[in-house]
Amino acid sequence: MLFKNYRTRYAMVMDTRRCVGCQTCVLACKAENGVPVNGYRDWIVTETKGEFPHLSMEIRSERCMHCTNAPCVTNCPTGASHFAKGGTVQIDRALCTGCKACVAACPYGARYVHPDGYVDKCSFCMHRVTKGASTACVEGCPTKALAFGDLNDPSSDVARLLHSRTSKLLSPEEGTEPNLYFLV
Amino acid sequence: MTEIELFRNSAPIDPQLHVWGWEIPVYLFLGGLTAGLMILTALAGRGLPRESQSRAMRLLPFAAPILLSLGMGALFLDLEYKLHVFRFYTAMRPTSPMSWGSWILLLIYPATILLGLARLSDGEMAALPRTGRFRGRLAAIVSRLRDIATSRAPQLERANVILGIALGGYTGILLGTLGARALWSTVILGPLFLVSGVSTGAAFMMLFRLGHEEHAMLRRWDTGAIGLEIVLLAMFFVELAANGGQKGQAAVDLFFGGSYTGPFWVLVVISGLIVPLAIELAETQKGWRPAIVAPVLLLVGGLALRWILVLAGQASI
Ligand code: SF4
Ligand code: SF4
Repeated sequence: MLFKNYRTRYAMVMDTRRCVGCQTCVLACKAENGVPVNGYRDWIVTETKGEFPHLSMEIRSERCMHCTNAPCVTNCPTGASHFAKGGTVQIDRALCTGCKACVAACPYGARYVHPDGYVDKCSFCMHRVTKGASTACVEGCPTKALAFGDLNDPSSDVARLLHSRTSKLLSPEEGTEPNLYFLV
Repeated sequence: MTEIELFRNSAPIDPQLHVWGWEIPVYLFLGGLTAGLMILTALAGRGLPRESQSRAMRLLPFAAPILLSLGMGALFLDLEYKLHVFRFYTAMRPTSPMSWGSWILLLIYPATILLGLARLSDGEMAALPRTGRFRGRLAAIVSRLRDIATSRAPQLERANVILGIALGGYTGILLGTLGARALWSTVILGPLFLVSGVSTGAAFMMLFRLGHEEHAMLRRWDTGAIGLEIVLLAMFFVELAANGGQKGQAAVDLFFGGSYTGPFWVLVVISGLIVPLAIELAETQKGWRPAIVAPVLLLVGGLALRWILVLAGQASI
């Protein structure tokens, strides 16, 4: 696709076994990014499987997956949704018309319409990352269920976790090549 | 059993996608209608001298930019950030149908208006108001443009057909590239919306006082278009069920027992296609007097088709 070869490849790894669904990541993000009421950049999903009493529950903290093949980018008519530093997907508010093609194109429901008219979603906290910090959700998580870093750097948290644990992607059949991995 | 609980509540997405209301189907309908009108007015008057065409037929190219503008008005109303509408024209994104569609829309204005000018009669030209400096100038420009258009009529007709096909196809492809929605992720939407656009274009033209021959010709073409549309609709469902996997099957089920079954079969298939097809056949073969019933049903059916597909597409995962 458009720009595939990044020297840095930012990704997030989410440990479904550590997560207790406390929503701290959601609140940390809201506070950090000034997310409006009814808006969201990350959210919690619980998935229960099996028949009582043999039930198993998986809790996930989900957000934009910063897909390598991002349909929101290819369907954006103005270039507002674009690939940026480290392969992340960002939105340029000055270019966004609020046509919502990207909202319809995203298989993960990662985008919402900001009351000011533009579309908004998780930015992987690039404003913090460029200053050397991690994302607000990673720093806020009390159970250390979230990790963020450069997949291309073998010593990063994300690379080591993916190396040592089994992981899965959501809806891989969509061909979006997401960069949010779930440890199972 | 699998139960998913989502701690997120965003009106446009949860519990199902609802980003587009009436504006987009209306736009897709008027866009398709414009496309059909461009193709049919260009073909119907091709190579004919002005005098042998009815007044309505000659003037109909001018309806295209008006209908398109209404459609673009609806599209504009749907934008969340209306001040940024000009941003469509500060970028050209080849992967986004919405982007190249907005550029095609711009080309349609000169193409249709020039085609209309080429067909204005001398009498209509003479009747242009010329009093005053401004009007005089305007009349001079119009007659100059008409001269150019007249000398290039064959090229203009070709341009109208090509742009019409591009516009009609684009209205379907626009939904077709949104692969996250099972119902829309098929290439058949392009030809389906194009053929439906031709049929609604013919229906719109038949609302006017055309010559007997012209009406008969449009009706013949329309009968073919309706037949083709029925075949494409069938292919649409077969393709979805065959290639769409579980999600595709679920999308098909929306129309066979699911919540869109009634409106789809009644408004689109029966009253929007089969009944007008039967009426048109009777008009052609049994010599029934052409009535406005069939065109009106076709127009309602065309709008319903887009409305239902836009809503149902958002309901399909
Ligand atoms: S998760 Fe959705 S919004 Fe994020 S990059 Fe992928 S398609 Fe785009
Ligand atoms: S809503 Fe904005 S970011 Fe999304 S596709 Fe339209 S212009 Fe691009």
